[in-house]
Amino acid sequence: MATAPFPSAPPPGPRPGPTPLFGAYGIVKRFGSFTANDGVDLEIRAGEIHALLGENGAGKSTLMKILYGLLEPTEGVVTHKGDIVQLPNPEAARRLGIGMVFQHFSLCENLTVAENIALVMPKDLSGRALADRIAKLGIDYGLHLEPDRPVWSLSAGERQRIEIVRCLLQDPSLVILDEPTSVLTPGEAEVLFTMLERLRAEGRALLYISHRLDEVRRLCVRATILRGGKVVGACNPQEETARSLAAMMVGSAVREVTGRAAGTVGAERLRLDRLTLPAPGLHATSLRDVTLGVSGGEILGIAGIAGNGQAELFAALSGETRAPDPDAVRIDGAAVGALGINARRRLGAAFVPEERNGHAAAPLMSLSENALLSRYPTAPLTRFGLLRLGAARDLARRVIEAFDVRKAGPDPAAGTLSGGNLQKFVVGREILAEPGVLVINQPTWGVDAAAAAHIRQAVIDLSARGAAILVISQDLDELFEIAGSIAVLHDGTLSTAVPAGETTREAIGLLMGGSGDASAEPRDASKAVTHAH
Amino acid sequence: MRLDLVPRTRRSPVLDILSPALAFVAAVLIGGIAVAALGVSPGDAFVTYFVTPLSEVWSLQEIALKAAPLALIATGLAFCYRANLWNIGAEGQFVVGGLAGGWVGVATHGMGGFTLWILPAMLIAGTLAGAAYAMIPAVLKVRLGVSEILTSLMLVYVAQLLLDYMVRGPLRDPAGYNFPQSVGFDPAARLPYLMEGETLHAGVVVAFLAVVLATVVLARTLFGFEVRVVGASPRAARFAGFSDARLTLAVFAISGGAAGLAGIVEVAGKIGQLQPEISPGYGFTAIIVAFLGRLSPPGILIAAIVIALTTIGGEGAQIDLKLPLDLTRAFQGLLLGLVLGADVFAGYHVRLVPGGPSGRPVS
Repeated sequence: MATAPFPSAPPPGPRPGPTPLFGAYGIVKRFGSFTANDGVDLEIRAGEIHALLGENGAGKSTLMKILYGLLEPTEGVVTHKGDIVQLPNPEAARRLGIGMVFQHFSLCENLTVAENIALVMPKDLSGRALADRIAKLGIDYGLHLEPDRPVWSLSAGERQRIEIVRCLLQDPSLVILDEPTSVLTPGEAEVLFTMLERLRAEGRALLYISHRLDEVRRLCVRATILRGGKVVGACNPQEETARSLAAMMVGSAVREVTGRAAGTVGAERLRLDRLTLPAPGLHATSLRDVTLGVSGGEILGIAGIAGNGQAELFAALSGETRAPDPDAVRIDGAAVGALGINARRRLGAAFVPEERNGHAAAPLMSLSENALLSRYPTAPLTRFGLLRLGAARDLARRVIEAFDVRKAGPDPAAGTLSGGNLQKFVVGREILAEPGVLVINQPTWGVDAAAAAHIRQAVIDLSARGAAILVISQDLDELFEIAGSIAVLHDGTLSTAVPAGETTREAIGLLMGGSGDASAEPRDASKAVTHAH
Repeated sequence: MRLDLVPRTRRSPVLDILSPALAFVAAVLIGGIAVAALGVSPGDAFVTYFVTPLSEVWSLQEIALKAAPLALIATGLAFCYRANLWNIGAEGQFVVGGLAGGWVGVATHGMGGFTLWILPAMLIAGTLAGAAYAMIPAVLKVRLGVSEILTSLMLVYVAQLLLDYMVRGPLRDPAGYNFPQSVGFDPAARLPYLMEGETLHAGVVVAFLAVVLATVVLARTLFGFEVRVVGASPRAARFAGFSDARLTLAVFAISGGAAGLAGIVEVAGKIGQLQPEISPGYGFTAIIVAFLGRLSPPGILIAAIVIALTTIGGEGAQIDLKLPLDLTRAFQGLLLGLVLGADVFAGYHVRLVPGGPSGRPVS
């Protein structure tokens, strides 16, 4: 990937100044052949809220897990007040004063607030003393909690307060917050910000992980920006614009759009019309008035940071979630909102979900059985309810040959394939059906470069044969490479699609962070920020 | 130091067959120690438990007669358990099936003329009644999200008390000196014996055919594929367009129907009338059988025979060696635990990894 050095990024490495409270130097973390963190340096000082910025997959979570003792780095060291420390487990991190507030809560729904807190406390802290300390924290930090309420009756913000209280009871010197506002209402977020400011004023350090640029600009005076596992910049977010932060996050080098001749665009084949769906769960996103259209021969890219409604949008398109209004989803003109996934497949649609193992494929079942999984409704793979196992094996073999799927044994379990090979199988299974409409979520997520190129080429070729293709991806390089036009999904709303050739990754990055619009003309960034919220 | 279980990338078919066999050997060895502790020679006990029952014609028939209902019920339960649905109430469905089919037998008592339809009608009534009874927990789960484990289990007691009431009230034999039992069924309402003068009846054929049918359905039909996918990957099942609700109703109907059929087979075969107790806990033992057979119908057939063998052997040990019946139950539980334990080792490597509570600054 071509990346130009960002002008405001100082060279990474220990900086002069007082000894930081915590430091991480030269952190490398590899998972097999994949490098999640590649020589990351980070210094956190007492009394600061330090932002860790980056897209999903940039390596933020990995770094944070290393600091909290959940992962051991392949290379590199962590220091505490200048001394090198080992963090083999979270217990060790807690002893050094590191606390963490997770994005996803780990609470027992049917226990009370006090019981949930007592669960993680040392045994010698008795019920009465604990209740007193919870009450005192509540007064000190504005963390109001009713100790006897059962957790199932609490809102997301109240649940988060329990997690924060759990963390503060251990009197941490460093608090790591992972996307703390992702489940909060704007009002709840305000309460959180006030409390974070108070913690900072007490001289604690806070590591604030987020991709919401406005929050970061408001709270933090130092930020470290990760992209592709490397530190690409360090700055004072309050001196930056949302636009420049977005540019650092997504990479500023604009690739030339190649590989895609403007094909003949036919009639509209896939349409969403003001699709609105309530959030299916606490950590899910509601979709609001999502409207889009994809014509034959066209590839529409949906950019956005994970958790902004991609999974919900995919489920609404595939029919795994039915729309309340049948007309809100149309395939080749037919209203399919009320139809299930197989009815949509019979109309010529095909779907590739994000998760290979367990959604697109059943990992413990063989490849031929996995060929059956999505193709039995449309391919001649059953007769009178009996499986035609020979035909299923033939189909699997055709997919394997056409997409060069590497595997061990004649018909192995899907779960034994590498990520890239299983993804090629899953994509190939759908493309060999010659669908008129293909919806594909994160087509090359965690896939090696060769497999990714193979998949992208197959998608482009399918569109050239007249199919309408919707690609949901967090990878901007990918979208600029294959999509004819791009729209951004942020917090359940979709921006207007703009031709890929007429926008820039900065403009898209701003929209992904919830600010700005996609037109390429320079625009006052601070205005864009206020207009978004 | 701690122990980590690392999944094996490929399951070895040899280990899959070897692991239950080794578990059985280990259970016999541990059982031998228990027997010795009770002051009985383990060698004698082994012969009484596992050799004598296999060497006499009458006891072989008894084993088959006990194994048949177990295999039939467990085969039905395998559909439920494969789909991660927990029907614990097969005992109740067995009782209701026996009651409904037996009621046909009582109602046709003394009927003349063409009677060939009676036995099939009893079998069908028993199957449908068992399936219908299993629909109660299934519908409650699908409609209201009620835990099927609790409802199916509690409905067992309802079924048992219903049978008790019926044989003391409406279905009591008027000429039976007030004993709580129905009239004895006519020959047309009894399952035929397979051999003249012996106890083996056609129920064992029914059970065997059910196992064969279930094997084919699970491996070769779209419905069997659906059951397997729902159990293995629920999200992938929804991606395949399979409906949770429909499948829940279907597998409960199958397992309830199989248990009901087993109930009427027992009533129309071995017992020949309705009485307050028609099952020595077949519906519960079948849960063990289903898991011992690893939820595959052929495995269930073998497991049913093993459990029947230890039960008949246990009765012999009670008489000949004065060993308690509880020992047999303990052995069956031990066997289940060991088979499930051995399964873990067939699926995972065990690895010792360093690490534990440490983490002080090192410099």
